[in-house]
Amino acid sequence: MSTRVPLPYTPMVLELFRNPKNLGKMEDPDAFAQAGSPACGDVISIYLRISEDEVIEEASFESYGCAANIAAASILTEMVKGKALKEAWNIGWEDIADRLGGLPPVKRHCSILAVGGLRRAIRHYYEGRERPDWLPEELTTVERQALEEEEMIERLYGGKAAGR
Amino acid sequence: MFMPKVKALLEAHGRPPREVYLDHENSGWVPPEVVEAMLPYFNERGYGHPSITNKPGWEALEVVESTAELVADTLGGEPSQINFVHSGTEANNLAILGSAKALKRKGKVIISDIEHYSVLLPALSLEEAGFTVVRAPVNEEGFVDVDVLRELVDRETVLVSIQAVNHEIGTVQKLKEIVEVVKDRNPDVIFHTDACDAYGRVPLRVDDLGVDMVTLSSHKVLGPKGVGVLWLSEGIRVEPLLKGALSSQSLWPGVENVPALAGFKRAVELAFDNDLSKVRSLRDRLIEAVLSEVPDTLLNGPSGELRAPDNVNISFLHVEGEALTVELSLRGVYVSSGSACTSRVLEPSHVMLAIGRSYEAAHGSLLFKLTRYHSEQDVDYVVEQVIEAVRRLREISPLGKG
Repeated sequence: MSTRVPLPYTPMVLELFRNPKNLGKMEDPDAFAQAGSPACGDVISIYLRISEDEVIEEASFESYGCAANIAAASILTEMVKGKALKEAWNIGWEDIADRLGGLPPVKRHCSILAVGGLRRAIRHYYEGRERPDWLPEELTTVERQALEEEEMIERLYGGKAAGR
Repeated sequence: MFMPKVKALLEAHGRPPREVYLDHENSGWVPPEVVEAMLPYFNERGYGHPSITNKPGWEALEVVESTAELVADTLGGEPSQINFVHSGTEANNLAILGSAKALKRKGKVIISDIEHYSVLLPALSLEEAGFTVVRAPVNEEGFVDVDVLRELVDRETVLVSIQAVNHEIGTVQKLKEIVEVVKDRNPDVIFHTDACDAYGRVPLRVDDLGVDMVTLSSHKVLGPKGVGVLWLSEGIRVEPLLKGALSSQSLWPGVENVPALAGFKRAVELAFDNDLSKVRSLRDRLIEAVLSEVPDTLLNGPSGELRAPDNVNISFLHVEGEALTVELSLRGVYVSSGSACTSRVLEPSHVMLAIGRSYEAAHGSLLFKLTRYHSEQDVDYVVEQVIEAVRRLREISPLGKG
C-alpha cells in the first residue's frame, strides 16, 4: 500500500535537475541502451560515443523520471566521459549516490537504473565484437536488478502501461 | 547513512518571485483572519482545560460548545452528536475501527475503491480481525456503480463507508441515492461518509442524506491542522481507540486543542459565508486553459456540477509527476502528484488506477486545489508555468516523441 514519503533531496540533486548536463539524444551513437519502464515511472536512455581505443568521448541521456532519476543520469554521463569502457563498467550505483551527496533510500533504484542502463549500453557495444576479459558473461547484480524491475512491472501491469 | 539536510535543499531552492500554493489537498494555507481568531486562546483567554472548574477552563469549554453548535447547524444535526478529534484521519479511523469494535460481531465491510487511505487502511486492517472487506468499483469518472453496490450489500453487511467527494479527482458521489440503496438492502448497516472534501463545497445535510457517521477535517476548509470531526447519529455506538482521561469529548481522551477549534470555527463561518461561484469559475479557467494549451493531457474525474468546485486533476502524458512537482516548485507553483515516485513503494495513486487510468497517466497526474483566496491572475500564472514546465520535461523525456 503506497503512502507518501519525505524526499529531502540534496542541493546537488536539485542543481542537476535544474541544469542537467549531457542532456539529449545523440545522433549515431556507438552505443545506446534504455532501462526502466513507463509503468514504474522511470525510463532512462544512455547514449555513448566511443573512440577506437575504447574510451568514452561523449555521453548523453534522456529521462522520463523523477528529479533523482534525472540527476543520477546527468552525473553518471559526466562521470564516464574520458573513461575507458572498462573503468566506466566499474562505476557502482553507490558512487553515483555519493556524488549526489546521498539519495533517499526509496530513490536508490534511480542510481541502480542509471548504472544498469550504462552497463547495458556497454554490453550492446560489444555485441558482434570480441568480449574483453573484464566484461562478465553473466549479468551483474545491478543489471539483474534493472531487468527485474522491468519484468516485475511488466508482470504486474502488462499492457496497462501503454493504454490510457 | 543518508542524513538529509532540508535546510540546504531550501537554500538551493530559493524563493521564487511569485508563489501560488495549490496543494490544499495535503496541507492547507491558513487565512490571516483564521489565525487571528486562534491567537487569543493561546494566552489571553480559554487557555484552560474545558473540563476543569475555573474561568479559563469554562472559556475553553465555551469554544468547544460554540464550535459544536456551528458545525451541527451547518450539517443539520445536534451539537451533542459532534465529536472532536485531532484530524480527519483520526475521525475516519474512529468511525471504521471504533464502530467495528462496538459491534461485538463480525460481518462484511464495504468501502469504495477510491477511499482516502485513512478509510482504506483501517478497513483493510479489519480483515485481520475476522471481517470481510469488499471494495465497490467505480466508473471512469469515479462514480460508485450503484448496481454492483446493491448486489454487494447483504444480511452480513455491518458497515459501509463511501466518501461524499473524492479527495483526488473531485467526484461528487450521488450519496443520497447510494445511502438509500444500501439501507434498502439492509437497514441495519451503519453508513459512514468521509466528507472532508465535501464540507463547505457541496450540500451536505445529515437529515437529508440518511447517513450515520460523517467525517470532517479542519484543514480542508482552510482551518488549522489539528481538528477533525466525527458526527454520529443517535444510537450509533463507537468505542474510543485511545485510552486516557476522557474530557468534554467522550470518544477522544486528552486536552482539547482549543486554539485550533477557535480557528476551525472561524474557517467554517467563512466557508459558509462565501458562495462557490468564484472558485468554480477559477477551476474551469484552469482546466480549460491547461487542456487547450498543453497537448496530450487528460482531465481526471467529472466536469461541471458533478465535480467539486475546488478540484483540478490533470494527467500530462510522457512526463513523470514527481519531476513536474519539483519543476513547478522551482517556479513557485506548489502542487502534488499521484505518481509512484512520491510514494514509499513503486505504486501510483490507487484512485487513478481505479478509474482505469494507465500507469503512465497516473504517474503524470497533478492535483491542484483552488480556494476563494486565489485570483484569475494566479490561475493565469499557474497555466504559464505549467506550459513551460511540461515542455521542459517533455524535452528531457525519451517517451512520446513518435
